[in-house]
Amino acid sequence: MSSPADIQRAASEPASDVAAIEVGHNEHYSLHVNGATHEVLDAWVGESLLYVLRERLGLMGSKGACEQGECGSCSVLVDGELVCSCLVMAASAVDQAIVTIEGVAPVGAPSDVQRAFVDAGAVQCGFCTPGLIMATHALLERNAEPSEFEIREELSGNVCRCTGYGRIIEAVQRVSVARRTADGGVS
Amino acid sequence: MTITAPAPPDIDARRGRLGDSITRPDGIAKVQGSFSFAGDLNAENCLWGATLRSPHPYARIVSIDLSPAYAISGVEAIVTAADVPGKLTYGLISQDQPVFASEYVRYVGEPVAAVAADHPETCRRALAAIIVQYEVLEPLTDPERALDGSHPPIHPDGNLIRHQRIVSGDTTATGDVVVEATYEIGMQDQAFLGLEAALAMPDPGGAGVDLYVATQWLHEDQKQIAACLGLAPEQVRLSLGGVGGAFGAREDISLQVHTCLLALRTSRPVRIQYSREESFLGHVHRHPARIWMRHHATHDGRIVKIEARMVFDGGAYASTSSAVLINGITHTQGPYKCANAVVDGYAVRTNNLPCGAMRGFGVVQACFAHEGQMDRLAAACGIDPVEIRLRNAMETGDKLITGQVIENVAPVERCIRETAALPLPDEPIGGHDGDPMRLPGGAGRTADRGHIRRGIGFAVGIKNLMYSEGFDDYSTARCRLADGVATLKFATAEVGQGFVTIAGQIARSVLGVDDVLLDPIDTGVGSAGSTSASRQTWMSGGAVNAACTKVRGLLFDHVAAVHGVRASDLAIDGADIVDTAGTLRLGVAEATRDVSFDETVVFRHAPTEDLDENGQGNCHTAFAFVAHRAVVDVDPELGLVKVVQIATAQDVGRALNPLSVIGQIEGGIAQGLGLAVMEEIVMTEGRVRNPSFTDYLLPTFLDMPDVIAALIEEPDPIAPLGAKGVGEPPTISSTPAIVAAIRDAIGKAIDRVPVRPTDIIG
Repeated sequence: MSSPADIQRAASEPASDVAAIEVGHNEHYSLHVNGATHEVLDAWVGESLLYVLRERLGLMGSKGACEQGECGSCSVLVDGELVCSCLVMAASAVDQAIVTIEGVAPVGAPSDVQRAFVDAGAVQCGFCTPGLIMATHALLERNAEPSEFEIREELSGNVCRCTGYGRIIEAVQRVSVARRTADGGVS
Repeated sequence: MTITAPAPPDIDARRGRLGDSITRPDGIAKVQGSFSFAGDLNAENCLWGATLRSPHPYARIVSIDLSPAYAISGVEAIVTAADVPGKLTYGLISQDQPVFASEYVRYVGEPVAAVAADHPETCRRALAAIIVQYEVLEPLTDPERALDGSHPPIHPDGNLIRHQRIVSGDTTATGDVVVEATYEIGMQDQAFLGLEAALAMPDPGGAGVDLYVATQWLHEDQKQIAACLGLAPEQVRLSLGGVGGAFGAREDISLQVHTCLLALRTSRPVRIQYSREESFLGHVHRHPARIWMRHHATHDGRIVKIEARMVFDGGAYASTSSAVLINGITHTQGPYKCANAVVDGYAVRTNNLPCGAMRGFGVVQACFAHEGQMDRLAAACGIDPVEIRLRNAMETGDKLITGQVIENVAPVERCIRETAALPLPDEPIGGHDGDPMRLPGGAGRTADRGHIRRGIGFAVGIKNLMYSEGFDDYSTARCRLADGVATLKFATAEVGQGFVTIAGQIARSVLGVDDVLLDPIDTGVGSAGSTSASRQTWMSGGAVNAACTKVRGLLFDHVAAVHGVRASDLAIDGADIVDTAGTLRLGVAEATRDVSFDETVVFRHAPTEDLDENGQGNCHTAFAFVAHRAVVDVDPELGLVKVVQIATAQDVGRALNPLSVIGQIEGGIAQGLGLAVMEEIVMTEGRVRNPSFTDYLLPTFLDMPDVIAALIEEPDPIAPLGAKGVGEPPTISSTPAIVAAIRDAIGKAIDRVPVRPTDIIG
């Protein structure tokens, strides 16, 4: 047993000045999301883009799973670039065009990538899926005919815990082939 | 409240009978981001909740001062052990885990208090402002010290959670060949992506509460929560929030009681969502284990006797450790004939993170050891690793070391032969294109191609299905049929595995309908049991099948009476009812136009029994089998591994939805690969060193190899639909197959997973 001298305070004990500061909800800015302008009012400046999309704009399709840009579940497009919205300060994304999973296709009219994910069995729990849909659209924009290895490499920033990835690769390949066929057939 | 309405079911998923690879009914909602996971649920006037956790593995709580936290604007309530109105502890088997620590904290991360506030950042600051004084105590972190009595009890229930022995046959028997080794399995995390989340909505006046939660077993949660809240079970109504994966980690209580308590205290809705770090601390994990085994065999490699000692580290609280232990020791022999055995198993309590259920549930650990032994035996006897497994392969009618006779279909030999017959990869080391990304180390581009060695490994597994040891294991389903539409109600947790898909397939097959509606999954119907132990296809599938069959019987009686035919001559043919003895043909929709039928059925599997003091008894009810072959490339200088291919043949009974089965196989193998070469919660003196996705490595697209799978379909007569559970077997023997391949590549004994670079080089 320890002696009284060993009695310690919790490691989490704060510096008193931190605890005294209120969370100031005094930021006002606007975001351009999925083609519409949204006013963000009375926000705390420390909020991530993911938090603001979900909690202030009600766009719950982007998912948070790691909070440090490792898993890709929160992927969105900012000015056409695929980013982890958990790592972007919302207040820094003003004047940029943001596209989320809700902006990919209207509800009930899924995109070819979305349809292929369902048909190929690429969805199980579905938590990683919105991020993977965003990443797949971005991949096929850059590279219409990715090899299997390129698919693996390009999507390796998106973690899926359920599927083992096999059916996701199948879905991406199906879209690539279908788009080529629709274009009149190449290669 | 604003809970997003579920998207309409996928049109294509409305078709499809048993055996068809139809798509998920929730698939379109999931790909469009409109599917509501538990963490997506919100309500008017809702508060955020957060949990204060112990920074120490073992300490006495001297005092807790909440006043600095209450001084923060936006903080609405703080609760501690003193605020728990009912039972102070919970647990799946023994209720030994406090809702909040009161006198002692027993692991890093143990809940001490919970706060409700207006913003997550306010919660974070409130937690930081709570002052807890601890008297730090020496933690018990070595499982052997829990056994040898050298550390005082860290819990009133003692440091030994369970000991069980198995003594079978002639314990004095010896073999011509004897091999022995000690195997270690590290602590694996389920690492589902959808973090723990719940929304609690209090009744006016605090008479009860609605909880929307991601869980594996609504009714077990309901029972434990109600006891802790001091409410009757019917006052605590649970609904399944969308579940972002589970893999065992949602079988225990985590945030459920805390969320309800805060909601009842504030009379406002409260939502809690864990962070990733908190998730690592806040749910149970796969037990680390240390297993010694000694195999005796004849010169020609036939097993004579197995001796084993297994120690499972249960961490601070019991959870399901006692059941995990029984699974481990009763699978000591693997899928092989063995008459004689002496096995001692221990589950112990330490100040490490609590451990409980994870996909494979004790059998993963046993399989890693027995498959290492089979390779040692093969080498000692000079027999090929595949051949020695064939010589010992179990069959239906064989007796286990518990005395239980295998009544299942047991195609072990087919699993082995069909796996071995699958094609090996045709690509050379590094692939045809010579891209260095394909070498071990990938993007590091560190490997010297000429030094890479390829290895091939083989492993075979057996897994019990459903609950064991006399547990009253059942599932409930309700079927209503009217106007050609079947409506199913069950409390079966859909965690991603696809029960919602096959439930519709069952109803369509039995009733001949196209349209099947699924009611919300909640406690408004009897328990379905847990989504675990590979049990829901058998159990809830059995319940849905039985409810639909009962409704079909009533429908046939009705049609017989109306049309003057015999009910026993009626059958479903497509979407019609036909009289097999006459000419009547009638659409199901037409037959049910003005009538409706409504039946609820409880389905049970054959009973099991406890083990006696010698570990004898029919403690399990059914088994599934599987084989894996792994091909790996190893960089012996840097200790890096690239898994090139996994081949598998799995005993599935009957594939009710082959696409779903493939998904379970590939996903399960990914987790087996993770345990083999990547995943471990590293603990030092009770502290977790890697509670993040930066430091806890999950397999990515680049780590997963091609999987070639053969489904072995021999419908099992004792299964209600002929189908065996398929979720766990892929994780059982994939891990030892990969490790066997690494051993084969470098010619060195490796008896620990995950295999680290230093294990290869050192």
